[in-house]
Parts: sequence; C-alpha cells; structure tokens
Amino acid sequence: MEDIKLTADLFEPLSEEEKNSEFIAAKSKTYLQDAWGRFKKNKLALAGLAFLIVMTVLAITVPMFSPFEYDLMDLTSVNLMPSLLHPMGTDKFGRDIFVRIMYGARISLSVGFASAFICLFIGIVYGGIAGYVGGKVDMVLMRIVDIIYSIPTLLIVILIMLIFGSNIVSILIGLCATAWMGMARLVRAQVLSLKEQEFALAAYVLGASKMRILFKHLIINCMGPIIVNVTLMVPSAIFTEAFLSFVGIGISAPAASWGTLANEARSLIESHPIQIIWPVASICLTMLSLNFIGDGVSDAFDPKKK
Amino acid sequence: MEPILKVENLKTFFPVATSMFGKKKYLKAVNDVSFEVFENETFGLVGESGCGKSTLGRTIVKIYEPTDGKVWFEGKDVSTIKGDELKKFRKDAQMIFQDPYASLNSRMTVGEIIREPMDIHDLYPTSKEKDEKASELLEIVGLKPDHIRRYPHEFSGGQRQRISIARTLALNPKFIVCDEPISALDVSIQAQIINLLEKIQEERNISYLFIAHDLGAVKHISDRIGAMYLGSLVEVGESNELYRNPLHPYTRALLSAIPIPDPHLMRNREIAAIDGEIPSPLNVPSGCAFRTRCPMAMEVCAKDTPKLRKVGNSQVACHLYD
Repeated sequence: MEDIKLTADLFEPLSEEEKNSEFIAAKSKTYLQDAWGRFKKNKLALAGLAFLIVMTVLAITVPMFSPFEYDLMDLTSVNLMPSLLHPMGTDKFGRDIFVRIMYGARISLSVGFASAFICLFIGIVYGGIAGYVGGKVDMVLMRIVDIIYSIPTLLIVILIMLIFGSNIVSILIGLCATAWMGMARLVRAQVLSLKEQEFALAAYVLGASKMRILFKHLIINCMGPIIVNVTLMVPSAIFTEAFLSFVGIGISAPAASWGTLANEARSLIESHPIQIIWPVASICLTMLSLNFIGDGVSDAFDPKKK
Repeated sequence: MEPILKVENLKTFFPVATSMFGKKKYLKAVNDVSFEVFENETFGLVGESGCGKSTLGRTIVKIYEPTDGKVWFEGKDVSTIKGDELKKFRKDAQMIFQDPYASLNSRMTVGEIIREPMDIHDLYPTSKEKDEKASELLEIVGLKPDHIRRYPHEFSGGQRQRISIARTLALNPKFIVCDEPISALDVSIQAQIINLLEKIQEERNISYLFIAHDLGAVKHISDRIGAMYLGSLVEVGESNELYRNPLHPYTRALLSAIPIPDPHLMRNREIAAIDGEIPSPLNVPSGCAFRTRCPMAMEVCAKDTPKLRKVGNSQVACHLYD
C-alpha cells in the first residue's frame, strides 16, 4: 500500500450552506399533533367523529329547545307516524319519540364517556402503582384484580342496582366496578416494560421522586395504548347500559335511555314497527361510529400496527 | 491526594428465581471490586459484555443497591444514604447512558429534558432563568439554543447524546459515570462526543468513570484503566502502562484484539486468542474466575482467589506474580 501524503490543497473549506447542517427545517410537532395528522387521513373515523359530534350537540340542545318534555304524555296523540311536529312520531303514551331519543342519547353518551374516564383514572393509578412499585405490592394488587375478574360482570352490576336502585349513578358504579381492571392490567404491563428503560433510570439518577417518574415519564409514554383502550371502552359501556335497560334492570321509565326505549317499543313491534327502529338505529349508528373512531385512533397512535 | 470516589469490596448480587425448595441462587454481577477515582481523573473500565461493568456503574450511582461493601464519595459513605443526603449525592454524581435513543423521554421537548434536573433540585428560582440556563447548556454541548423547543426524535444519535450530556451538566456534577456513551454512535461521531467530554472535564473539573468496550477510545480518554472479568477487577493501571505492558493474561488477550488500521501489521501480528465462552456469572469458577480460559492456568488458580496486588506500577490479580 502506498502512503498518501496529506497536503492542504487536498481539502477545501466548508461552504456557508453546509455550515448550517444542524438546522432543522421541519416544523416541530407534538405527539398528539402527529397522531391527529394520521387520524385525519382515515375517512371512516372522521365520519364517525362527525356523527358523534352532531349526536352530542343534538342531545344537548333538542331537549332544551323542544316544545315537548321527554315525559309529557298526550293521550290524544298516541302512536303517531312521523310528521313535522313529531319528527319520529309519538309512542303509546303520546310522548314525542325524537325528544326521548335525544334525551336517551344524553344518558347513553354520558354513561359511556363517564365510565371510560372513571376507569381511565382508576386504571392508571392502580396499574401504575402495581407496575412501578412491583414486588409484593404488585402481587397483592394484581391478585385482587384476578379475584374481582372471576365474578361475572352482570352479577356485580345487578347486585349494585339492587342495592343503590335503578339510576344512572348506580349503573356507572356497576359498569366501572369491573371495567377498570382491563385498564389497570394494560397500564401495569406498559409501566413494567418502560420502567427499566434508560430514560426512566436517568430520571431516577437525577433524583426525581417516584410520583414524578411514574406520571411524567412512564404514564405519558404509554398514553398511546391507553387512549386506544379508552376509545374502545366507551362503546362497550354504552352497549352494556343499553342491554341492562332493555332487559329492565337499567334506567326505568319514564326516564329514557336507548335500551329503555327499545324495550318499550318491543310490545308494539307488530302494530307500529317504526317505533323500535329509532332507538335501535341510534344504538347501531353510535356504536359503529365509536368503533370507527377507535380503529382510527388505534392506527393513529400505533402506525406500525396495521 | 484524597480520591473523590472510593469503592471498597463492592458486591452486587441479583437473586435468581429458583424452585421453591431449592437453594437460593445469586447472579454475581459485581464480586468484590475495589478501586479509586481521583479528582479530575478519568478511570476507564473495560471488559467483555456481561462482565458487570454497567452493573458496577449503576451500583455506584445507586440505581442498584449494593449487596455488600462500601462506596465512599468525597470521604462519605454513600452506600446506605437516604432522603436529603441521597438527593445531595445525586446532584454531585451523575450518569450518561449508553443508548441515546432510549435515554431521553420522547414526549418531552429538549428544553423540558434539560430543565428537569433544575426543577427536581430547585436550582434556579424563575422559569426564565431555567430556560436561559438550558439554552446556555445546549450551546456548551454544541447544539443551537433554538433547539430547545424540539423533540428528541428530531435529532440524530450524536445530537441526542449531546442533549443527554447537557442534562447531566445542568446539575454541575463532580463525578459522572459514562456507561458506554459512544458505543451506539458512528465512529466519526464517537470522536466528537469523546472530545466534548474531555473539553467539559477540562472546564469543570469533573471526574469520569468511563465504561466502554471500545479499547481505543478508552485508552484515549482515560488516565487509568481497570480491566474487569466476570464481576472482578483483574488489573488496574496507568492507561499507557497498561497498554504497553499488560500483566494479566486476560488483559493481554483483550488488548491483542484491538484492530490495527494497517492490514500488513494486522495480518502478521499474534493474537492471544481466548478459548471458549465466558462462564455464566451464576456459576463462577472456583479460585481465579479466569482460570477456565487462561492459557497459563496453574494448580493454585483453582484453589485460591487472587487478590489485586501491586506489581510494578500497576495492580494485578493473578497468581503468576505471587
């Protein structure tokens, strides 16, 4: 091999442009902005979101501005077909079905979202502590979860409804009593895998408190799967509530949830089949759009999983 | 001269799950290690993967609890401290991690990452001062102050390692454990990071414990070097002395594995290859841990564990020098 002599004329100074190689041209995006960008590309999910927003707005405004109360009976106008005055007709007591459907939307949506958020909160705290502290604490906490898991959800819900009566609060308690455990297990598994990562160790060496490491470093880094899980919990809570009301142990008349409405219309299914279409269609469309949203969210937060 | 860090018979064992009635087994990651690091000095630590280098570093900064032994920092025993004392120790002794892609929280901006140590230790009263300090630190490590609002994923490996260095410097530590800070980087970037670490040491009087398996880089940056095998230090010496005249058979073999950037020399040189695999730290051989692979093993090596003792200018743990 020949020796190469290095002389100054073999080199040339860096051009002005290249000196700026550390410059980053791309706009800085946060994690959520990134996810929203991917979510926007999913047309079905966007349609679902639009439907849900319209439904929510209607659920809030229609009962406020309609001339009819949800429990206002008018025995002179029973079982009417849809008209301008009653867009969805009236039921066997002459109550306006449109107002009742929208009133039911209030209950169904708030039960769905409230239970998802309660479970989110409990699950994060419980699973976070179990995963981060580990050892015996983890063992005890997770065995408690296993025990509660072994009791059927419906049994717990029915017992709670018996004790606290049939109202929205006891439905919420019943739903949350079992649904938080899935979230807790998810958070625990995530925290368990993240806590040995170097960024968590780095925070520990810097002197960060346990709370700080758990919430500012670990939980924030498993937000993706958590959000995906929450969007899938909402439809399942709505569905359970509708089912309970339909079989008669949920919200009871004259208050209306979609399940109660479907149950009431069931007896008229032969003479006035149109009445059962409204609550069933509401449940189906809401479920469908929530599931589309859930799909979109899970693709948006986990682009690798397809 | 008083050492800033003194490690005394340090042991870190990890319990290994065994059957319910079996004898409890331990993985002896660090087994009876003693050494000192002086002020403004870089102590290099070399050895194969799995020899316990990282565990030793992590035990010193108290990520792991030592099973036995003591760690003295500035004349104080820090192996059992808690609470405020521990917080003060954390401010003085920091760590730079191996993987720049895993050691930064990807949900925080660079500014938040560098400010975090200041927040934890309440270093500067106002948010504005913290931001100024963070920008200043970014400049010291060779990044631009306006990178403060960026997220880690927008940076390359070398830049991320600089961010991680800036984060440790925010506490103005006296001692930093560098746990293979360059092994995940390109060769050209490795040199930049090494130079940066040296520059910082000069300006701030910091001592390093530099863990690496890149022997060339360790020689370049270290004042003294310790070679580790299966959880124990086998040789400690001045870095030039150790490279010129390695005493322990393991150090010799290790050094002969350094590639030479000249194919002619490379082809003709002798390599003191070590046979076999490194034994499991669950089953450390009796006596000298290296004897199962040592070309010069004697009878006594199986019986007695050699202790580090002074030979010439170095310290070596080998029966050849009894």
